[in-house]
Amino acid sequence: MAKDSVKIKIRNFNVLYGEKQALNDITLDVQINKVTAFIGPSGCGKSTLLRSINRMNDLIYTFSANGKLTIDETNVYDPDIDVVELRKKVGMVFQKSIPFPKSIYENVAYGLRLNQTPPSTEVDEIVEYSLKKAALWDEVKDRLHDSATGLSGGQQQRLCIARAVAVNPEILLMDEPCSALDPISTAKIEELIEELKDSYTIVIVTHNMQQAARVSDSTGFFYMGDLIEFDKTRTLFTSPSKKETEDYITGRFG
Amino acid sequence: MPEFLSKKKRSKKQIIIELLAEWGIRITASFSIIVIFLIFIFVFREAGGLIFGTAKELKPKVEKKVKESDILKPEVYNPETGEIEKIKEPESKKKKETKKQSIWENIAGTVWQPVGKEPKYGIMPLLAGTLKVTFVALLLATPLGIFAAIYTAFFAKRKFREWIKPTVEILAGFPSVVLGFFCLVTIVRGVNLITTYIQSGLDAFAAGLGFLLPFAKEYLHEACTISEFHYSGVVGGIGLGLAVIPIIFTITEDALSAVPKSYREASLALGATEWETAFKVMLPAALPGVVAAVLLGIGRAFGETMIALMATGNAALLSWNIFHPVRTLAATIGSETGEVQWGSLHYNILFFLGILLFIVSFSINAVTELFVKKYLTKKFQGA
Repeated sequence: MAKDSVKIKIRNFNVLYGEKQALNDITLDVQINKVTAFIGPSGCGKSTLLRSINRMNDLIYTFSANGKLTIDETNVYDPDIDVVELRKKVGMVFQKSIPFPKSIYENVAYGLRLNQTPPSTEVDEIVEYSLKKAALWDEVKDRLHDSATGLSGGQQQRLCIARAVAVNPEILLMDEPCSALDPISTAKIEELIEELKDSYTIVIVTHNMQQAARVSDSTGFFYMGDLIEFDKTRTLFTSPSKKETEDYITGRFG
Repeated sequence: MPEFLSKKKRSKKQIIIELLAEWGIRITASFSIIVIFLIFIFVFREAGGLIFGTAKELKPKVEKKVKESDILKPEVYNPETGEIEKIKEPESKKKKETKKQSIWENIAGTVWQPVGKEPKYGIMPLLAGTLKVTFVALLLATPLGIFAAIYTAFFAKRKFREWIKPTVEILAGFPSVVLGFFCLVTIVRGVNLITTYIQSGLDAFAAGLGFLLPFAKEYLHEACTISEFHYSGVVGGIGLGLAVIPIIFTITEDALSAVPKSYREASLALGATEWETAFKVMLPAALPGVVAAVLLGIGRAFGETMIALMATGNAALLSWNIFHPVRTLAATIGSETGEVQWGSLHYNILFFLGILLFIVSFSINAVTELFVKKYLTKKFQGA
């Protein structure tokens, strides 16, 4: 493994909510332009780790972290880091599709207009590019100025991906992006993830083991705040080295 | 029929209690609606003297028919005919008397002088006064209330929030007479202090410009005088604003807190700051609630009587200047109903003012609900 291919480096990373330890001593590497999946039962800490990468956990006031979490060799929890800039670099797609109550166009343009006023032709271009990237352009190009809340669930989720893509991030974090979607929409999003990984480093949290097996290159299995096993997806699903992993992926618990 | 579906399962007592509870609620609800409805009818009936023209002042005066010859008229000796003749009345005077002003023309007039030989019931100064103080009150209360709500909902520490919200809610029920008294002795001084400073600046400006343009001296002096009154629409408006802030604050805060937290997360995850999130996502999402808050604020400012009565100077002057004393519709009803002659035209007109208050606030509500809200929603939330 070449060293420059590592995008996110996590070393001895601990997370506490008040007194409660949510993540114990996590160490893993996320490869650039690859899809990394975190799987595990509910409450195992996979989402906590994901949300630690762009510091969304800062919103929880009992949250505290120690250890190292670096993106491109920069420690994310360095006090000099500007969280706003970090979050522009690390986009996020949530479990529930949550377009803002604005028009489709405004939803995608929202991130562009933060802190700056780019010329409208540029915004038009980026909106089109982002919607194409999220495989939504053909469905909405005639009604860009309609309310985004009128879209179907799957379309809304792709809109959220377009919205995240529009600010030109380097990393995309996806927190169970398909858990509220039907199988057809899920297939579309998975296809999309496959395409997006050429341009972005993707980290995805999922409950769905088949999904992890389908879309990811590496997979980490979390249990009770510990990273039990982290390996190439094929290796982890075919010949897991730990007994817990095997029990989980074969459906014996979880 | 299977056993478990049989009606006999419930005891008689249970059924009766349920029936009683249901009817109890129904009667209580209808009762309150009926009471409001009756008040409404009463107000219309009391204004009826004016609306249907049945007030005794409005009926044509029944004069005793007097024979022309009985009237003692000045007589003049006519030297040409050698007879004593009666002087004819000039025609013009007769005409003037027949062309009597109708009551509605009187009401649309610009002077409110309900007591006097020729009572003038011009409601224009009252309407203008009401709109002026409401405008000042909203100018103060809307931004303050909304900003305070944004701060409390998104920026304040949890402890502070838990403490400030109920406190402001108590303020919403603050006795308005106390607020009025506060304005009467305190706010007025502050306002006067500020206007004095501005006035001295304006005086200097007028004097300087008057030196250059001596022919415009008079006009400049007039144009650069704010007001020579102590109590004014501004003082009253600030007082009303104090009463309105808590209303706008609590309702806006509720609306903002009801916006899903996920919007905030999504916005922050895109690299927005807290302020951008609050203004570009949360506030537009809470828009219907914010509009409702401002509407309720308008309603309160419009109908508020005590503060308007105490702090505005309560003089029915018609002018554009918000630093002039004003008299509001509500304050007029409040101050004159106690002394009015029961059942007179003046009495009818006071009730008519009540109807007017209702109509104006109803139409503001209707316009906002039908047009403003639609427009704002389209602008901020997409169609």
